[in-house]
Amino acid sequence: MSVAWANEYKPQHPLMQWMDERLPIPRLMYNAIGGGYEVPRNFNWFYNFGVLAGVALMVQIITGIVLAMHYNSSIDGAFNSVEHIMRNVNGGWFLRYAHMNGASFFFIVVYIHIFRGLYYGSYKAPREMVWLLGVTIFLLMMATGFMGYVLPWGQMSFWGAQVITGFFSAIPVVGEPLRQWILGGFAPDQAALTRFFSLHYLLPFVILGVIILHVWALHIPGSGNPTGVPVKTKEDTLPFHPYYTSKDGVGLGVYLIAFVAVTFFAPNMLGHPDNYIVANPLSTPAHIVPEWYYWPFYAILRAFTVDFLFIPAKLLGVLAMFGSIALLFFLPWLDTSPVRSGNYRPLFKKFFWFGLVPSIVILGYCGVMPAEGIYILMSQIAAAYYFAHFLIILPIISRIEKTLPLPDSITEAVTGKPVLAVA
Amino acid sequence: MVRLGAFLIGLFMAGWLMVSAGVTVFEMITEPAVETAEHKFHKHPKAVSFKHDGPFGKYDTAQLQRGYKVYAEVCAACHSLNQIAFRNLAEIGYNEDEVKAIAKAAQVPSINADTGEPATRPGIATDKLPSPYANETAARAANNNALPPDLSLMTKARHNGPAYVYSLLTGYQKVPADLPKENRPGQGLHYNPYFANLNIAMAAPLADGQVTFDDGSKNDLKSMAKDVSAFLTWTAEPKMTQRKATGWAALIFLIIFTGLTFLSYRQIWAGQKH
Repeated sequence: MSVAWANEYKPQHPLMQWMDERLPIPRLMYNAIGGGYEVPRNFNWFYNFGVLAGVALMVQIITGIVLAMHYNSSIDGAFNSVEHIMRNVNGGWFLRYAHMNGASFFFIVVYIHIFRGLYYGSYKAPREMVWLLGVTIFLLMMATGFMGYVLPWGQMSFWGAQVITGFFSAIPVVGEPLRQWILGGFAPDQAALTRFFSLHYLLPFVILGVIILHVWALHIPGSGNPTGVPVKTKEDTLPFHPYYTSKDGVGLGVYLIAFVAVTFFAPNMLGHPDNYIVANPLSTPAHIVPEWYYWPFYAILRAFTVDFLFIPAKLLGVLAMFGSIALLFFLPWLDTSPVRSGNYRPLFKKFFWFGLVPSIVILGYCGVMPAEGIYILMSQIAAAYYFAHFLIILPIISRIEKTLPLPDSITEAVTGKPVLAVA
Repeated sequence: MVRLGAFLIGLFMAGWLMVSAGVTVFEMITEPAVETAEHKFHKHPKAVSFKHDGPFGKYDTAQLQRGYKVYAEVCAACHSLNQIAFRNLAEIGYNEDEVKAIAKAAQVPSINADTGEPATRPGIATDKLPSPYANETAARAANNNALPPDLSLMTKARHNGPAYVYSLLTGYQKVPADLPKENRPGQGLHYNPYFANLNIAMAAPLADGQVTFDDGSKNDLKSMAKDVSAFLTWTAEPKMTQRKATGWAALIFLIIFTGLTFLSYRQIWAGQKH
């Protein structure tokens, strides 16, 4: 945010002055993530996760580029080339495990980042564009993660690709031709594997581009904060560097400890054993399960078991699954409460903690369990709540809710004392 | 408009899901799920512990060598190990000469240099361990149409893999009297409750005293099953010891790094209430 009191970039070294007059990249960085970016002083630790998501993406890009140097995207060679990386490439086991678990950690971090945005109303005016770009990044991540999971060409790779591309065949009339066009054949085969590899390499850079837009859009209004009260005076903010670079450093350390603990000591914990069996189109696994980060959406897909008039249940499920993410695009206009932070919204807070959070947890659990009896029932109730929460409950409570009094300023919220009016 | 549309869509989604939930409840009452025999009789792997378990665990090379001997003398008759080259055996404690001798004793596929016909030659260290069958058709033909899977990654390709292999090898038992007729092993199948569908094509492959170890180690069924499970853990995850050692170095570095970062964070924020 370009506030009046923000520090100005003043290069001292002649080289930096020379650079500043010709290509002011250091000035750009200084104003974006340096001493020139004034940030609310009251961030809590949830506000670390944006930076962590950026780090997680960089880890994926770096490990991924090196893995691609050794990977063979042919259906006869893919599985063995991954084992070649694990066994014969110097440090290959580390690169591959870091990439595999890095994807999971990227999603963990992004889910916490989204959770923070949902609770503190980060999607509200004037930050709608930040939110829209964020949901776009999330969609791109899901596509990238799915295609990456196909690359080792194990049993879950193949059957996951079969199931997920099968979603498209639910679309009336054009569905089946569309699916064949996407796969380049009637089933996942060489054509599908090669294009998934190509797109899996491309999309992270598209994500990187959208992240730049996401951060740019954020810097127009400036960062939100846990009170939701806008910045008013100099006392409300601190320069990003050194205050938040040091705080993000601590967050990064803790994140890397967790990442390293899983990558080195339980690298296969988040994977599925069937993906260590080479893909076999003639043998269907007993349970086809996607990666854990898709479980809630997979549960929504399978929750639709009854046809509605002429609309088959499968099509409803597919629409609902995409709809469950697409509705996030409309969130800034569904939640019309002028108060941003959940801390000052007693009714919102109740529905958030006792409705939305449990329904997503239940959906995640049902997504990994077999699609039968009680698990279907649980996912139906949880999915019903999920849709009702965003589409019905949020718009209603934003109207009827009596919100708590907001502090006059961030500084007042932090110090507990009203700030003396400055002329 | 947005809110009206959302309200209607939300009403439809939630409403239809609740109708579906009603149908699910109705179906659960009218057609209660019957427990399948596979589910009822299937057993989870036995609890078994290895020296390489846990964050400090390292492979016991003597055990891996015993396991290799069991593999070579018993399992290798039907199961390939196609991710492993003879040279890899140096990692479990064989010296260069021993590796060369093991390789030389094996016949690997080749072609006759004069005629181009398929032939075999003695192995060298860089050869992969040869498969017992030329191809899948040959493997099925020799095994009553069952395909003995490659074992390289077996302990990673099953839940709780090392314990699964151990349990399977030691888990053959008499068919329980109350097992439904359709779940009883047919011809050429054998009852083993640790196998997913209870009936496995492989006959009990190991028996007490089947393999003799040079150092006189115990060669009862349980000890040998454990040794071969440990060996197959290594074939699936040959870099495990290295991985854990690197992991500790990285963790110790990161703990110090995080500690120092935390101190500088405290220092920087010392004057700021937040």
